Amino acid sequence: MRDDNVRKGILVPGLPHPLLCPEKNEGWQRVRDAYEKARIEIEETDAEILVIYSTFWPSILGHQVQAYPEPEWTFVDEEFHDLGSIDYKFKMDPEFAELIVDKSKERGLHSRTVSYYGFPIDTGSIVALKLLNPDNRIPAVIVSSNMYANRAESIVLGKSIRDAIDESGKKAAVVVISALSNRLHTVEIDPKDDKIHSLKDHEWNLKFLEYLEKGRLEDVSQLSRQFHNEARVPKVVSFKPFWIMASIMGQNNLYDGNVLAYEPVWGTGSAVVTLTPAEDTAGDLEYDEDDPEFFKGDREVLDFYEQPSMGSLEERDGH
Amino acid sequence: MSKGEIVMGALAPHPPHLVYADNPPQNEATSEGGWEELRWGYERLRESLSDKDYDVIIVHTPHWATFIGTHFLGIDSFKSLSVDPIFPNLFRYNYDLKVDVELSKAIHDNAADSGLLVKMMENPDFRIDYGTITSCHLVNPEWNKPIVCISSNRSKFYFNSEVMQANMIKLGEATRKAVEASGKKALLLSSNSLSHRHFTVEPEVPEDMSKEHVTNHNQYLWDMKMINLMRDGKTKEMIDLMPDFTEQTVAETEAGSLTWLMSALNFPNYKATVHAYGTVIGTGNAIVGWDPRKAKI
Ligand SMILES: [Fe+2]
Repeated sequence: MRDDNVRKGILVPGLPHPLLCPEKNEGWQRVRDAYEKARIEIEETDAEILVIYSTFWPSILGHQVQAYPEPEWTFVDEEFHDLGSIDYKFKMDPEFAELIVDKSKERGLHSRTVSYYGFPIDTGSIVALKLLNPDNRIPAVIVSSNMYANRAESIVLGKSIRDAIDESGKKAAVVVISALSNRLHTVEIDPKDDKIHSLKDHEWNLKFLEYLEKGRLEDVSQLSRQFHNEARVPKVVSFKPFWIMASIMGQNNLYDGNVLAYEPVWGTGSAVVTLTPAEDTAGDLEYDEDDPEFFKGDREVLDFYEQPSMGSLEERDGH
Repeated sequence: MSKGEIVMGALAPHPPHLVYADNPPQNEATSEGGWEELRWGYERLRESLSDKDYDVIIVHTPHWATFIGTHFLGIDSFKSLSVDPIFPNLFRYNYDLKVDVELSKAIHDNAADSGLLVKMMENPDFRIDYGTITSCHLVNPEWNKPIVCISSNRSKFYFNSEVMQANMIKLGEATRKAVEASGKKALLLSSNSLSHRHFTVEPEVPEDMSKEHVTNHNQYLWDMKMINLMRDGKTKEMIDLMPDFTEQTVAETEAGSLTWLMSALNFPNYKATVHAYGTVIGTGNAIVGWDPRKAKI
């Protein structure tokens, strides 16, 4: 594993079924199990802060960061209210939330913390925190998803979050909450009959998962607009989760990817994926290198792949 | 039992700023005022209701968005705290409300008969959306009438505005028939703004009225186009224009509330009373009443 302050990136879906009724569908149970595997992966790192970006929490006034120390509520999803209520009590890191706000202001963004009793924390964040951090072992922050933000703003937000992680000196796990394809079944279905809403959605999901499996985070980030057009119901202006994740994690493809589950949840492409900073990758495409700031000699990136016997280029790869 | 009726229909937008500016005891945030034109408009709407005897408020709300059909509150009371997810600094409101479950279920059943997918919401822990609370508070701050709360099905996202409108026209008819059959007198609220492009920043003092204006001239012109059609009693024409209006001004009419209201009122060809037009953080808001008695004159 590469030594990076972000120990792990995790993609999780946000619908409540894997939390509330996994037994109703084998695929939902597999997603539930995958949350559990991701939880263990996080636990095996020394991450001290969970940084959550939730596409289930829209904002308008710039970017909001949850900073209420111990939010507590009995929550009901506005769509799937018949699945039951969710009692929660979480532990936030208000200081870290303030740091994200400071850092994002330094980079020209409008942002603020929100710290109010009873603030309606979104379904996705609740499901993720309940399943990935059940004992509140790691304090968290939750960052909203601005409805109007497009790529530049999202990339800068990600970099601001990265600034906060680096300045805090904390090791972080970054959790991004989003479905891949987000088209729900708009009719009642028997849970047993759940399937990805359309073949086209499924094929795009598979393409993204193929890249993620190879740790190609920056590639999926670069394809976000295409994915938005092909596989997303356009409720917001753009598909941001991979822009955010990539910009926090370094805008490259240097990760070990682990697809822990991919299943339909009420028609949506619901994947649990972990990305771990890797020493080296098998890549030979753009973004397979880090983002260099200074030229330190020939990196021989392409030669390397023509002559595999050369082995690792760690000494001379530009660091 | 005598035939029930809709005693008034109103466009009753729900910017939480208007409650915040009023400083009611239920809201934790306090202000120095602001948005008087709209608040006085609500006052005029309340005055126009003062000689109306009604039993129930039926509200169609953009902020209970559902994708699997249209949902209805199905429990007779709710009490909790509503915190606005976008403006939590302005709106943290302790509500305590009653639901007319019988009428709610009757509209639900009628809508099902007309082919719509519907569902009753029967989880007692459910939190009422801030749009419903804001519109109902501003129309009836005493909270002495039960409500029926209808979710907004977002077929526009999955299909288009035309499909959304077709469904909302059915839902409006189902609502009217249920009210008539119930023998009750109902006030109907379409809880939405018109043009809906917000500013993405908030002034240091949210009620600083020197900072308030419509986001752009395009939005203003479109809002006036729609309002003038209301004033002229040309509501069918307004509904025909709705998809373009919604597209051009990212209007909150995308939720279908206003189309539902017009259908429930059977597309009024009498003049609406515009009580106010004003902007809130850049969005266009009109407070408008349709009094069916005018149709009879
Ligand atoms: Fe709204």
